Amino acid sequence: MRYFADVAALARKDVLLEFRSRDTLPAMLLFVVSALVVFHFALPADTSETAETGLLWIALLFTALLGLARAFVAEREQRVLDGLVLTPCDRSAIWLGKAIGVVAFLVLAEVVALPAFALFFGPLSWELVAAVALADIGLAAVGTLLAAMAAAGRARELLLPLLFLPLVIPIVVGGVGASVADHPARYLGFLGLYDAVFAILSWASFEYVVTE
Amino acid sequence: MISARGLGRDFGAKRVLRGLDFEVPRGGFLLVTGRNGSGKSTLLSLCAGLLAPTAGELDVEVDRGEIGYLAHEPLVYRELTALENLELYGRLYRVPERRERVGMLLERFGLWDARHERVGAFSRGMAQRLALCRTLLHEPRLLLLDEPYSALDDDAAGLVDALLSEVAGEKTVIVTSHDPERISRFTSEELALG
Repeated sequence: MRYFADVAALARKDVLLEFRSRDTLPAMLLFVVSALVVFHFALPADTSETAETGLLWIALLFTALLGLARAFVAEREQRVLDGLVLTPCDRSAIWLGKAIGVVAFLVLAEVVALPAFALFFGPLSWELVAAVALADIGLAAVGTLLAAMAAAGRARELLLPLLFLPLVIPIVVGGVGASVADHPARYLGFLGLYDAVFAILSWASFEYVVTE
Repeated sequence: MISARGLGRDFGAKRVLRGLDFEVPRGGFLLVTGRNGSGKSTLLSLCAGLLAPTAGELDVEVDRGEIGYLAHEPLVYRELTALENLELYGRLYRVPERRERVGMLLERFGLWDARHERVGAFSRGMAQRLALCRTLLHEPRLLLLDEPYSALDDDAAGLVDALLSEVAGEKTVIVTSHDPERISRFTSEELALG
């Protein structure tokens, strides 16, 4: 129970920090809506649904990257991570609290992005919404771990996309597949499996990322 | 409580500490002096477990939750208030009667009236006083204090004097300072680096 109380306190802190600083969420919202507007005007009228859906996933992926690039800014610039690491709380609670915050920001960005996609490109299917929800968990799980690794390095602006984008290709495959395939259940199952595997790996390895 | 044998730490090609031997018994008070860049802060980071030695051995016989670490930075969130920062740390350190303890420390270090202000609006001296509150919040057994007088005015420096006098002999303390005369009356041992 203490573990989850720590996670809740850390996640609440991240939401409060964002509410105060407004550094991340407005940038994510502006980016995803702008990207969809650009795609709307760049694509010819007879573009296939598959291509449109693929572009939505690209927009969502880079929106997540934008949020993740800022995920550990406060901890890095003020060295707060050192303070958190010294507390007796399980270090994976720091990862889980941060990942929950990232999921919350992604969901808020998608609350705007998905209706915008529907407006520009056509109605949303339940499979697409389910795939986005599952993808959020995987993106946050992997992305939070990599953001913490990148925060400790010098070339962090370069390091995060270099590590993140190859690792989330399965999410794009599963997300686009679930959105356009005749049998989306297989792809949704694949996304769920990805979430489970990478959440466990990230949870277990976070301690080694934040300590020498 | 702390013993180092041949302790060394490199950052890439740069050797910051090398061949350091010292012991600090339980209740001991070690003053670490040295010029800028001699490795004083690195030594405290090693003792806190935030860095790993690249040579030699370092044994610190306390759990990480029993360490009070005062760094150059206050290790608090600028967008949170002083009270919110200490509440967060108090939760994570499982401080019993957290609110009373936080209130007592804020009073002691003269930050009670500023408790609802964001730390980003604090002066350097106020941030240092908040950092001292954070360091002492969980009543640590081992205190690692990096330049505790940094940015403090005379009144606040007097509070640090009182604190050091109170913990000398009670807790194990390692302090770095550019002002050894001020601290030497509390110390049992001195280590000069570089």
